[in-house]
Amino acid sequence: MKLLSLFLSFAKVGAMTFGGGYAMIPILEREIIDKQGWASSEELMDYYAVGQCTPGVIAVNTATFIGYKVAGIAGGIVATLGVVFPSLVIIMLIAGILTNFADIPAVKSAFAAIRVCVCVLIFNSVLKLWKGAVKDRAAVVLYLIVLGISLFFDVSPIVFVIFCATAGILLTRMGVRGK
Amino acid sequence: MILLRLFWEFFKTGLFAVGGGLATLPFLYDISTRTGWFSQAQLADMIAVSESTPGPIGVNMATYVGFTTAGIPGGIVATLGLVCPSIIVILLIAKVLEQFRSNQTVDAAFYGLRPCSVALISAAGLLVARITFLNEADLGLGNGLAALKSLFDWKAVALATVLLIATRGVKPLKKLHPIVFIAASAAVGILFSF
Repeated sequence: MKLLSLFLSFAKVGAMTFGGGYAMIPILEREIIDKQGWASSEELMDYYAVGQCTPGVIAVNTATFIGYKVAGIAGGIVATLGVVFPSLVIIMLIAGILTNFADIPAVKSAFAAIRVCVCVLIFNSVLKLWKGAVKDRAAVVLYLIVLGISLFFDVSPIVFVIFCATAGILLTRMGVRGK
Repeated sequence: MILLRLFWEFFKTGLFAVGGGLATLPFLYDISTRTGWFSQAQLADMIAVSESTPGPIGVNMATYVGFTTAGIPGGIVATLGLVCPSIIVILLIAKVLEQFRSNQTVDAAFYGLRPCSVALISAAGLLVARITFLNEADLGLGNGLAALKSLFDWKAVALATVLLIATRGVKPLKKLHPIVFIAASAAVGILFSF
């Protein structure tokens, strides 16, 4: 039963994600954290960080992580199959029938507006995640460093992940954490 | 045989593409040049479709390329090939992480990683916002007020304002599922030809 609800929940997440892995965050929050209680928002951020520096699509990595936490190895596999299932169906339908799908004016208009909506939803998610993830001054500094550099320079997320993990360990040792 | 090769090519892509869906693109160009299964022009179409359909872009791309190359079995096999390395690597990490969860050093590392994740999500959002709200192509046209007027995509700004108020300020709407706002936005986009 748990496996079935994992599959269905992640299929929903896959079907409602418009854009890259970041666009999945608002949907994951609603379906996985609020509705199912399978992970906390701190855990979601942990998985997201690990998913950035491990191979593969971030959406898939996050699904495997949460699935494993809920129902072991089978859970990890089922959640992943769930998140890719809508893509399989939708893409093959479109590829088979509507080869010029992306050129249809109505599709273009709809997606231009969906992008606006995704921006707003991500803004809301960031405000929510901020509360759990950025609890002291040192964390604010780390946030600003990563945001600033990633906006203006093309740096691999792996660099940020290694830097922040190291900084987290050093700051904790130095007793700066929590101040 | 082609299915086996598809699986292998996408397994490699899933194993070496680090950092999200668009990181798979260089690998797909490489597959296109080496195998000739699909042309680079076709690849450009596939990117457009993958970005305008639900689902993670990397997964959409794998399904599309696989389907173009070898029909429905191809779409399924390519997608499974792409996610296989993720499943293996993440399950291993999740298992190790479970054992070291209470370890102080691991806990301290995650203390540093959480603001990092939020910052990366913020940056991704801001980059999308930039292409959504700004007409950078028109930059430098006219001067003063005219320049300011042409810099912003005012339809997008108006929709974002309405959505912000609805999702943050209006109590009965706040609790609605995000997909409701996405669907409503799509309708608005078509109606007002965004």
